[in-house]
Amino acid sequence: MNSSVYMDYNASSPIRAQAAAAAGAALQLGGNPSSVHGAGRAARRMMEDAREQVAASIGAAAREIVFTSGATEANNLALGGTGRQRRLVSAIEHDSLRGASGLELIPVTAAGVVDLAALEGLLAADGAPALVSLMLANNETGVIQPVAEAARLAHRHGALIHCDAVQALGRLPLDVGALGIDLLSLSGHKIGGPAGVGALYIRGGLDLAPALLGGGQERGRRAGTENLAGIAGFGAAAAIAAEELADFGRIAGLRDRLEARIHAARPEAVIFGRDAARLANTTCVALAGVPAETQVMVLDLAGVAVSAGAACSSGKLKPSTVLRAMGVPPALAGSAIRVSLGWRSEAGDIDRFIETWSGISVKASRELAA
Amino acid sequence: MNVQAQKLAEVTEVAGRNRPVTPIYLDYQATTPTDPRVVDAMLPYFTQKFGNPHSRNHQFGWESEEAVEKAREQIASIIGADPREVIFTSGATESNNLALKGVMGFHKDKKNHLITCVTEHKCVLDSARHLEMDGVEVTYLPVQPNGLIDLAVLEAAITPKTALVSIMAANNEIGVVQPLAEIGALCRSKGVYFHTDAAQAVGKIPMDVEAMKIDLMSISGHKIYGPKGIGALYVRRKPRVRLEAMIHGGGQERGMRSGTLPTPLCVGLGEACAIAQAEMPEEAKRLEALRDRLHRGITERLPEVYLNGDENHRLPGNLNLSFAYVEGEGLMMGIKDLAVSSGSACTSASLEPSYVLRALGVNEELAHTSIRFGLGRFTTVDEIDMAIEQVVSAVSRLRELSPLWEMAQEGIDIKSIKWAEH
Repeated sequence: MNSSVYMDYNASSPIRAQAAAAAGAALQLGGNPSSVHGAGRAARRMMEDAREQVAASIGAAAREIVFTSGATEANNLALGGTGRQRRLVSAIEHDSLRGASGLELIPVTAAGVVDLAALEGLLAADGAPALVSLMLANNETGVIQPVAEAARLAHRHGALIHCDAVQALGRLPLDVGALGIDLLSLSGHKIGGPAGVGALYIRGGLDLAPALLGGGQERGRRAGTENLAGIAGFGAAAAIAAEELADFGRIAGLRDRLEARIHAARPEAVIFGRDAARLANTTCVALAGVPAETQVMVLDLAGVAVSAGAACSSGKLKPSTVLRAMGVPPALAGSAIRVSLGWRSEAGDIDRFIETWSGISVKASRELAA
Repeated sequence: MNVQAQKLAEVTEVAGRNRPVTPIYLDYQATTPTDPRVVDAMLPYFTQKFGNPHSRNHQFGWESEEAVEKAREQIASIIGADPREVIFTSGATESNNLALKGVMGFHKDKKNHLITCVTEHKCVLDSARHLEMDGVEVTYLPVQPNGLIDLAVLEAAITPKTALVSIMAANNEIGVVQPLAEIGALCRSKGVYFHTDAAQAVGKIPMDVEAMKIDLMSISGHKIYGPKGIGALYVRRKPRVRLEAMIHGGGQERGMRSGTLPTPLCVGLGEACAIAQAEMPEEAKRLEALRDRLHRGITERLPEVYLNGDENHRLPGNLNLSFAYVEGEGLMMGIKDLAVSSGSACTSASLEPSYVLRALGVNEELAHTSIRFGLGRFTTVDEIDMAIEQVVSAVSRLRELSPLWEMAQEGIDIKSIKWAEH
């Protein structure tokens, strides 16, 4: 097999050298950030530097950042902590938000964009205190959501707004003030930091009940000894988010080349979210009649890593909830794969993908299944 | 120069000659340095092997999944469990929150009673208080003056409504080890789940979920020379323990704990367990000898030093002492070349005396002058000897300045003195 090609950045990004170095340095530093002696203070200093870096990457103040074990925990904390009676969540949110009970779903259009008129209708229908949750960019289609507009709508109706910005950091300019949001979730491993660390931005002055109780770390909002190596790595990765963003013109070029070649090789292929603004690194494409699992398997045998949806649910064979919410028929949704690019992607990767993928046929897939 | 000042100068000089370049780390119950062997095992999973372990469709994912599953086996092995019974969390705080809130949340309609103990870690007590607000009935068992619970009191507290007993394996401040096998047998005979917070115990003393009849166990990475930000919860399969998840999402960890698993951290925890398991018998002996040397070295030269917690049933690497006739903050300043703590790290910034010591019945003055010495894998004989010098010199100096000490030496019972009111 040739060397492997990784095209699954929306699942997890390879770590940046700066982030690995920072995590490694933190591992070698003893000390509990809560201890008052010198070793503890050194650990705390390292942690607070990282907090500054993460805060700066989204235009927040350091004291507005709470470190968590990842975006899943950050999303759970945001959804559970405001005490708002109604929780309006878009139909294309990540399972860590959509999985909760007692939610009201905000529909999306066929293009994969949240329906703001529907949101306004929901907000106006009931005066009970509400929390709106809308992601900045979808993990499967890459479609960018009108978060600033949704925030204005939410606030006009006295609601709070949370934004899952996991796929957006380093890929879109991100400023919590400009977006006007109250809560925002971030992930370390999606931006070239380590896995196992994330953050929740909590607008200064906003009251949020903790989910993990104990030693009172993170200003009482998240107990537990902090993941120092993860946090240091996350900070280093956040510090180069601007650099990553500057590289996105190149990645957009690669993605356009990919989609042009997809279209040339297989004119019948359907690319989702094409009518909306999308992240420049994501292509969600369906090849009617060929199950997504087959495409992924054939590509993997050729050393090309893509995914058949979100990684966390990719072990299951149910069609994507995101595509279903966009009104895509189940059969077509079941033949969609996600190709996502990132900082190590290059033109040769596109060629390798096309070489293998363009040859996959309905007939071949039947033979493989037999 | 008077005699006392001369003595002081001598002691200071001895301390000065021996002063190490960096402070001596004796706070292994707060956290441990990551073992270099653990770091080596982790590093490749930060860089070359970066796949998402939940990506089931390509080899990047498989490689990570394999590493995570190997780590799960290593963790299961050190506690005598099946790997399928181990779920990864972000640390022991999350494990404890999940064990208490998860089990009570699932069972509270039928069994609404939780039993725990007043000397538990703050995250257990805070979870219990939170459950009380949700209508769960909680019994906080007292401890005996040696820090151990009384089994008869536990037995009397169990009712048909009791769902869960949560008693820590080893205390983080005073190091006492509870009678786990006896608690487990009692709980099993009453049909009650037994959870133990073993953050301080795993890797230090033998832990066996079968022999001790443990149903749930919390494990920490950074207390056993693994990384911070990772822990585990053992959840028994037979008979099956049911619990409600706290973090929802992708359904990882068999639905009990969602979120992408941090492969390098999982690998680090696994490796830390494997090393601890291999080295525990010898390391425990070594630490016990060092701990006893420290204890003897201090008490042979200083009177009125009191051990907190049972003398025999304790972690090999823990010594918690109170020093009469000195003042707590002065003592901490006097031994500033030792990185020790006066209680748990989470609460170490507060000046309140430890609730654990208060629960033992230690009086306020002695609780204020307690020092927790935590010894560990990288502690040396030289460091212990230097620590003895530092402590003896600081306490002697402070006592020489103390009128109370002077009076005590003259045989005056301080409690009998009637102080003038101002």
